[in-house]
Amino acid sequence: MILQARFATVSLVVLIAALGFAASNAAAKGTGRIFVSNEKGDVLTVLDGATYEKVASIKTGKRPRGMKFNADQSKIYVACGDSDRIDVIDVAKLADVDHISDVPDPEAFDIDTAGKHLLVSNEDAGGLSVIDIAAKKQVATVKIGLEPEGVQLMPDQATVYVAAEASNLVSAVDVASRKVTATILTDQRPRRFALTPDAKQLWVSAEIAGMVDIIDVASNKIVDRIKFEPKGFRQDEIAPVGLVISADGKTAFVTLGHANHVAVIDVASRKTRNFILVGKRPWGITLSRDGKRLFVANGGSDDITIVDAGSEKVIKSVAVGRYPYGVLIDD
Amino acid sequence: MIERRAAAWIGAALLLAVWTIAAPAFAGTTLRIGYLGLTDDPRYDDKWAYAGLLLSPGGRPDAGAELGIDEINLNGQPFGLEFALEKAEAADAAAMVAAANSLKELKGVQVFLIDAPDAVTADVAKMLRDKPYVLLNVSAESDELRAGACQGNLLHTIPSRAMRMDALAEFLLAKKWRQVLVLQGPLREDAALTEAFQHSAAKFGAKIVEMRKFVLGNDPRARDSDNLALLTGGADYDVVFVADTDGEFGRYVPYATQLPRPVVGTAGLAPVAWSWAFERDGAPQLLRRFQRKTGRQMQSADWAAWIAVRALGEAAMRTASADFGKIAAYLKSPQLSLDGYKGASLSFRPWDNQLRQPLMLADSNWVVATAPLPQFQHATNNLDTLGFDKPESKCHF
Repeated sequence: MILQARFATVSLVVLIAALGFAASNAAAKGTGRIFVSNEKGDVLTVLDGATYEKVASIKTGKRPRGMKFNADQSKIYVACGDSDRIDVIDVAKLADVDHISDVPDPEAFDIDTAGKHLLVSNEDAGGLSVIDIAAKKQVATVKIGLEPEGVQLMPDQATVYVAAEASNLVSAVDVASRKVTATILTDQRPRRFALTPDAKQLWVSAEIAGMVDIIDVASNKIVDRIKFEPKGFRQDEIAPVGLVISADGKTAFVTLGHANHVAVIDVASRKTRNFILVGKRPWGITLSRDGKRLFVANGGSDDITIVDAGSEKVIKSVAVGRYPYGVLIDD
Repeated sequence: MIERRAAAWIGAALLLAVWTIAAPAFAGTTLRIGYLGLTDDPRYDDKWAYAGLLLSPGGRPDAGAELGIDEINLNGQPFGLEFALEKAEAADAAAMVAAANSLKELKGVQVFLIDAPDAVTADVAKMLRDKPYVLLNVSAESDELRAGACQGNLLHTIPSRAMRMDALAEFLLAKKWRQVLVLQGPLREDAALTEAFQHSAAKFGAKIVEMRKFVLGNDPRARDSDNLALLTGGADYDVVFVADTDGEFGRYVPYATQLPRPVVGTAGLAPVAWSWAFERDGAPQLLRRFQRKTGRQMQSADWAAWIAVRALGEAAMRTASADFGKIAAYLKSPQLSLDGYKGASLSFRPWDNQLRQPLMLADSNWVVATAPLPQFQHATNNLDTLGFDKPESKCHF
């Protein structure tokens, strides 16, 4: 009897979870397509989400890198650094339909949940620009360190973190006042961020140091540093760049650049438990919404590696354009 | 018991200090960095082809130092630390020493970038050997300065000739271009470069098939040494090595050799600290910043001056201090990790104070390879396959 009751409770929880998942997924169109930005060649490569066959190549501005969906996933914003603009891709038409001009050398960016503003790092200009999406205009810039790259807007929408790779600084910027509220000295060459789902830890890759620094968000202090020791590589070959944390907050995946591997880290213990061999110079990394597949952009071998996130085994490598930078999934 | 606990506490505190990054706090401090240059240094003259045609604009590497100051100020300012460059020019070594001492007296400068040819750098360094200064050599490539004439307070960010020639030798071996014809110019620097190349060829296993001396001219009576067809004829070789620091003769060598062979050295493919055509490892951002600031392309000495300033900035930030002693110690410590936009973490070799770094094998518009080449491995750090390694070092501080 007791057993049955417990079983019923568990079923109910599962059911609620499933409903919740369906609800959160309802907004997505879910074509399953995979979009890859290629730094050279100025195209996005579009792959079918099931067969991984190439569906389309979308011509963009020069040097497309960072990509994000709008809220209903009908559009993709792409930072085209060498054209100083953010292009707008129509997901249904698979075409570059519009752009926001005069954004100095955009690389990566984040978007607010209201879908009103893009927060863009300007690599060459050393700033963070705030772009009003509707007006298609830059409405503010915040001066930060040299060569900003990673941008992470916090879930409360109040603070945005920016990593300045050439200054070894992470700056916290107050979104409302557009003022730098904290500056954190990191290890060499901070590149990109991943935030734990509870928004308490901000992980930042330090490429030249070969580490990931963990920032405690409450105190804005570095509380731990993760080193990597894949077999057969030296410390100077370890160059972490891209990182992603699973939705359950348990696992982090970090691309190691010249070391051609993805590190799998247990978030709670901060121990690396596996290294997955991928292509050459992996940087961009994306986890599918269901957490089952991992997509890795290999800038040095012009392909992406698709990994089964559960078994941590490679499913397939697929050739894309030249210097693939990032992956976005329409799921 | 209490003592033991205290010891454990101190141990834990030390561990924490090493493992976390201390947030620096300076209260409106200015760290002044000196720059000692030679008046009318001919190395930075514009390079003219003929009849007013500019081959490449010259420019002193102080531009690299100034860019470095801009950059480290972005680091320091949020924490209340300002960096400033104090420049001085002098006509000779004695005047340069006087300039350094006067900067110390008037402005408290104790760290200096020194930008002078081999002989002047050697003289200045010798005269300042016992001073509480740090000298960062940004343009003298002399191997002797890293060997018999080395000294504890002299650090080098520009690679030595030995490093550059080792980079070239690695490339030649990787390509299996083992048989080398050497063309040597009349200058002392040409002889030094040739000597360094001979050493590198022996170290890596390239064979010098013949050494020939060239002169610049059209005199038919000297055609054995001014005519390229004759200079490159009558021998079999895979590659021609040219040692011509002046540069005019070297410019004529590619495509003019008797055998259809590539040209390397000071012409054709050159081993350099930095090339404007490097497009990896973030280099384009640095190149663009330099170009915006100066209107010209960044050269090796510019890079060396820039990284010297970045090294000082890094030492101040990591030690959370503008104290000379702490900065000097950190510079030479294995903790130093510099990003030189060449993909590797850079630090100074403790045995001769040379900044270990990748080098580029570049022609006029492309970086063909970076050294160390993957075929050459070292027991601890592959960067130490370039130049004097610890076991062969003749430097004794």
